[in-house]
Amino acid sequence: MPEPTTDLAEATRSGPGRLLIAVYGIFALAATARSAVQIGTRFSDAPLPYLLSAFAAVVYVLATVALARGDGTSRRVALVSCAVELVGVLVVGTVSLVVPDAFPDATVWSGFGQGYGFIPLVLPVLGLLWIRRVNSSAR
Amino acid sequence: MIAVLPTVLTVIALLIAAGALAMVIADRPLALGSTPTTAIGVPLVLLEIGLVVQAVVGLVRMSGADREIDELTFVGYLFGPVVVVPVAVVWALAERTRFGPGVLLVGCLSVPAMILRLTQIWAGHA
Repeated sequence: MPEPTTDLAEATRSGPGRLLIAVYGIFALAATARSAVQIGTRFSDAPLPYLLSAFAAVVYVLATVALARGDGTSRRVALVSCAVELVGVLVVGTVSLVVPDAFPDATVWSGFGQGYGFIPLVLPVLGLLWIRRVNSSAR
Repeated sequence: MIAVLPTVLTVIALLIAAGALAMVIADRPLALGSTPTTAIGVPLVLLEIGLVVQAVVGLVRMSGADREIDELTFVGYLFGPVVVVPVAVVWALAERTRFGPGVLLVGCLSVPAMILRLTQIWAGHA
C-alpha cells in the first residue's frame, strides 16, 4: 500500500506543516551559520557551548529534512529530533540561567532561546503536536 | 551602514509581511496572476534586488573599513536574507492553502531580524 504512505508524506509537508518546516528551515540556517562561525573562528574560547551550538544545528537540520520528507521513517526521525530539541532547550536554558559562567558565549538555546524570541522553546512543541496529528490521521 | 538601504529594505519586508498576513487572515492562497499575489510579488522582487545590492555594497564597505568587524558573521548576515527570500518563495508557491502566504510571512519577518543584526555588527556593538 504505497499510496496512503505517499499521502501522509504529502500531509506532513502541507498546510500548517509547510509553515512549520519554513520556520525550522530558518533555524537550521541560523544555527548552522552561527555554529560554523563559532567553531571556525574561536573554538578554544568556549568549546562546550560551541559544541552544543553545533549539536543544536544538526538537530534543526535533521528535523527540517525529516519533516519535509514526511514518510513513516522520516516522521520517527522528526519525532526524536523534536524531543531532543525540547530537552536541549529546557536543559541548556536552565543551566544558562543557573550557571551563567558555563556559557560565556550564547547558543541558540541559551535563556530558553530568548535571543530568538523564545521561538526555539515553542518550535519543538509545535513539531511534536504536528507529527502526532499527522500520525493520528493515518488511523 | 549603507546609508538608508537597510531601513528601506526593512520597511519593504514588513509591508510584504503585512500583505501576506492579510492573505492568511482572508484565507487567500497564493495564485500567480491574481491581484493579491501580484501585490506582494512585485515588492518581493524589489526586496530581493535590494538585498543583493546591500550584500555587494556591504562587502565593498567591509573590505574598506579601517576598524575591527566580525567579518564572517557580517558576511553571513549580508547573504542570509539573499538566500532566505527566494527559498521561501519556492516553498510557499508549492502550497495551495493560506499557509502559502504564511510561509512568505515567516520569510519576510526573518529579513528585518537579520538586517537588524547586520547593522548592529556594523555599528560595532554585537
